[in-house]
Amino acid sequence: MRFRPRSALLSVLCLLLTGVTAAAAVAKPQIWRVGNGVEPEDLDPQAVSGVGEQKVIMGLFEGLLTEDPHDLHPVPGVAEAWEVSADGLVYTFHLRANARWSDGTPLTAADFVASYQRMLTPKFAAEYSYLLWFVVGAEEFNAGRLTDFTQTGFKAVDARTLQVTLNHPTPYLLKIIASHIAWDVVPTRVIAKFGPLDRKQTGWTRAGNLVGNGPFVLKEWLPNQKIVLARNPNYWDAATVKLDGIEFYPTEDIATEERMFRTGQLDKTNELPVAKIDTYRKDYPDALHIEPWLGLYFYRCNVTRPPLTDKRVRQALALAIDRESLIKNVVRGDEQPAYAVSYPGTAGYTPTARLTGDLAKARQLLADAGYPGGRGCPAIELLYNTSQNHRAVAEAIQAMWRKNLGVEVSLVNQEWRVYLDTQHKTHDFQLERSGWIADYLDPHVFLEIWTTGNGNNDTLWSNAAYDRLGQSALAAKDDTERYALYQQMDAILVDECPVIPIYYYTRVYAMSPKVKGYWPTLLDNHPYKYIWLEN
Amino acid sequence: MSSRSGSTPSSSLNNSAAPSPAEPPERGHSLWSDAWHRLRQNRLAVAGGCLVAALALACAFAPGIFHLSYEENNLDLGAAPPSAQHWLGTDTLGRDLLARILYGGRISMMVGLVATFVALTIGVTYGAVAGYFGGKLDALMMRIVDIIYSLPFTIFVILLVVMLKDPMGKFDNWLAGYAFFANSRGVGKVLLLFAAIGAVEWLTMARIVRSQIMAIKKMEYIEAARSLGLGRARIIFRHMLPNALGPIVVYATLTIPSVMLLESFLSFLGLGVDAPMSSWGTLIKDGSEKMEEFWWLLVFPGLTFSLTLFSLNFLGDGLRDALDIRAAKD
Amino acid sequence: MLRFIARRFLEAIPVIFVIITMTFFMQRFVPGGPFTAEKSVPPEIQRNLDAYYHLNDPLWKQYTDYLWDLCPKAFHPGALRHGFDLKAAFGIDLRPSFKYANRTVNEIIADKLPVSLELGGLALGVALILGLTAGILAAIRKNSWLDYLCSSVSMTGLCVPTFVLGPLAVLAFAIHFHWFSASGWYTWQDRVLPALVLGIAYAAPIARLTRGGMLEVLSQDYIRTARAKGASETRVILRHALRGGLLPVVSFLGPASAGVLTGSFVIETIFQIPGLGREFVNSAFNRDYMLVLGTVTLYAVFIIFFNLAVDVLQVWLNPKLQFE
Repeated sequence: MRFRPRSALLSVLCLLLTGVTAAAAVAKPQIWRVGNGVEPEDLDPQAVSGVGEQKVIMGLFEGLLTEDPHDLHPVPGVAEAWEVSADGLVYTFHLRANARWSDGTPLTAADFVASYQRMLTPKFAAEYSYLLWFVVGAEEFNAGRLTDFTQTGFKAVDARTLQVTLNHPTPYLLKIIASHIAWDVVPTRVIAKFGPLDRKQTGWTRAGNLVGNGPFVLKEWLPNQKIVLARNPNYWDAATVKLDGIEFYPTEDIATEERMFRTGQLDKTNELPVAKIDTYRKDYPDALHIEPWLGLYFYRCNVTRPPLTDKRVRQALALAIDRESLIKNVVRGDEQPAYAVSYPGTAGYTPTARLTGDLAKARQLLADAGYPGGRGCPAIELLYNTSQNHRAVAEAIQAMWRKNLGVEVSLVNQEWRVYLDTQHKTHDFQLERSGWIADYLDPHVFLEIWTTGNGNNDTLWSNAAYDRLGQSALAAKDDTERYALYQQMDAILVDECPVIPIYYYTRVYAMSPKVKGYWPTLLDNHPYKYIWLEN
Repeated sequence: MSSRSGSTPSSSLNNSAAPSPAEPPERGHSLWSDAWHRLRQNRLAVAGGCLVAALALACAFAPGIFHLSYEENNLDLGAAPPSAQHWLGTDTLGRDLLARILYGGRISMMVGLVATFVALTIGVTYGAVAGYFGGKLDALMMRIVDIIYSLPFTIFVILLVVMLKDPMGKFDNWLAGYAFFANSRGVGKVLLLFAAIGAVEWLTMARIVRSQIMAIKKMEYIEAARSLGLGRARIIFRHMLPNALGPIVVYATLTIPSVMLLESFLSFLGLGVDAPMSSWGTLIKDGSEKMEEFWWLLVFPGLTFSLTLFSLNFLGDGLRDALDIRAAKD
Repeated sequence: MLRFIARRFLEAIPVIFVIITMTFFMQRFVPGGPFTAEKSVPPEIQRNLDAYYHLNDPLWKQYTDYLWDLCPKAFHPGALRHGFDLKAAFGIDLRPSFKYANRTVNEIIADKLPVSLELGGLALGVALILGLTAGILAAIRKNSWLDYLCSSVSMTGLCVPTFVLGPLAVLAFAIHFHWFSASGWYTWQDRVLPALVLGIAYAAPIARLTRGGMLEVLSQDYIRTARAKGASETRVILRHALRGGLLPVVSFLGPASAGVLTGSFVIETIFQIPGLGREFVNSAFNRDYMLVLGTVTLYAVFIIFFNLAVDVLQVWLNPKLQFE
């Protein structure tokens, strides 16, 4: 990898100065420059919903718990200790004494309660507030049915003790708190200075205004150019923080981002174009990073549209995809082929059920359904949102189905939000390409969505046995019992095939070898305080 | 300034150059036949014309004759440089690039020529009428142009796709009932594509024609024609437009590449041809994203595209020269 | 002439009104809303969101509310000096953006328009210098090697789209020669590549139209008369031919300038430039209704202004025409 300075002039200057300032170079501030993919909509943890926003916010705010940099298990954040009642309903968090806001004022349990109240205020309209609905009264308050926030399960016992009471046991709650910004704390006292607490556009998140409690503070925000974070001296664990600053670049074009990496403008890209993977494998192997990511790429069936009403047709389609070839030749990012819905090895859970059978079985299933060799099979249309990668996958699978089953599938693309409208509202599709990325590390995330009435099911598939298993899992007393129920749910999904799993995602990006303290994680979260640059 | 075609002697030329209102209609024939004669003398124009015709024929018939398939893939082969088997190489899914360019040419040439023709017809008529009549009518027509310029095109196209999805589906099914169209799905979508492009591409043409007509209106011979009581349509189309032909031809040749590339943006919005069918615009767009790794994916579609445009431009320049009645007078 | 311009300004009011009205209603019939997300939210939360952004009001009420916010209600043009603040200056409130929750459309335009104006201005300069020179040279030396050279170069400019030329320029001058950064908008060096690439894209049509327009004029009787009277060739070209020959270019430049000065989506994306061009396209994709309306209105103002400028320029170029 060549890392050259910006211009020829500069490189000449550098050459002249290298000898003289070798010592000064060591003391160069540690600024990590990273491609962020998008321009953040806002930096208010309670007003945003996207991944690109979350990436920046994770440097600025910290919740009760935070993540271990290696495997993301919950570790102490603002709370230095916590206990859970025997019935799994009451969580008590003990906040550390030296927890402070970046302006130096102490951070108390009351701040958390006020934050959650703001998050759940109906008028404020937070998109991710449902991640707090496990708590007594939270959903009612959020929907406007309850107006007294003191009647909810959030309680500041004293300045350093926060108590949260749940509706029912939620074994994965700590993982959500550790991984998701929806449970972060916001400085309501500061926000109120800029406008009503229930307004989003008050400007409190601008550079100079924003007060946080994370390892970094907001130094500069140039919209569509860069966001600059600097070290927060008031952070309780400031001694661990190694970087002097982070610069996030809103790299909306991945080809541009890759070129920025090559000219040395970036230390890490957000993504890498598929065509570049082989080049990097060959030329810059130590800059290429491919790591598993907790997400599933799949085709969603609308089970009310013939011939997909017949589960044998769905099974045949699922079996007739050569996933290995697809990954090796089309997606190319060392993805893992998916033969079940749940991700193998999510927090200790691996589905045992899997799609099994060869092409002969697929053809037999199709013949049993009444379409031997694809004859007489009604026209099937596959919908995808416009993108070169989705198109390539669809074209390859279309050819596989034609060759292996004799089934003709036509491809239709729609612009992103039209496609989402089709998926969520009109359901006017037969097969639809989809992806699901987990928000937190628990098998629950891939299984809850297929229950009847879930807003993200969108297959119109409904199975009473599956729904019952889902209910029982919520009441399970420990993970062993819960995971056993999940095994049954995964088995139903593999048998019924309302969705055709294709592969599990990976993150593919380029990162300079000088970046250290950065480990592959399943959620693609990387606590920034452990990262440093080797000179 | 004597152009090569100017040396062609012709007895009828002097009359047509200074349009005498009394000229019999047959004179028009000799104008066109002389123009045709001059055009044939212009070697570049002839070469351009032949090349476009050859490309069009190749796109139309070669895939059928040589049994080329735009969708037959070979995933294990992947993107391979030109070889004896695949003359122009293969794309990342191992599909023959030559076949994809030829099939893509069908849609791109059709879009380029038909949509440009639509834009040309609307733009010239609209601009000529506004420029000739002037006054309140011109003001109204030009404000309408301002409005159409400003409306958000992306939203217009998405709306078009969504609103006309069902009617187009019905139209396709109806067409599929006829043997000739049995294998051509998505004809409705392509027609819609022309409509969408036609709706925006005529605007600048209209403004250019209008300004030319306004200038020509003040020329003596038009005043003369008017004082002799010739009909308006006759004055506009027989006496004014031929004199504005140069910029019209040039702008028409400028419109062709922009509509071909616009097609790839529209296919992003779900309008146009469906994958795995290709067009030159989408091939160039895809190739540009992989140009460092697989140069042939950009170079060959780009070359075909450029060759077509160059040819059309030479043909256009030749047409302009051939129809330039004044230059021919020298 | 002043009466003509004044009348056009008056005509602009209903034009803008029609544009806003049509845009307002058109975008509401497009599927997907500003909060349509991959992970759909529970209906209670959807209701909260709709209430927050007044999306559950009757459409006519949203429309009239928006129009009222848009009406100028003050007049302190001095305020324009401190950033381009339309609200402080004229009381025009383009509302907060739906997508960028903590920014108003006023602010987005004030931040980004100057960038686009700068880039567009530079590109227009490049385009005019290259395009006019090539076009005039090609026309006066018609069918010579110079003509073929100029025409071929401008044709090549037409055949190579900006999304190809931009990355090529970066690969050559930023990655290979290290003369410039691959992207950004910080120093003057960062201006060079985008301005050149965008300028070349517009130089090509200008060259073609100039050549076509000049050829049309050079064969006109009055040019022959001027030549016959013994005027020098330079004088003939500059005083007489250019005036008529530029008509098509000028007509083309009206809408083209409005487009290039309000930003280019492709160039701004390739070079990471914080200009307005990206907002035109992205606001439509994001269904950011208020940002769509704001940018469309701004573009309409540019289109109206430049088409007016073209009409004035045409009369200046051709004294026979009058303002009617």
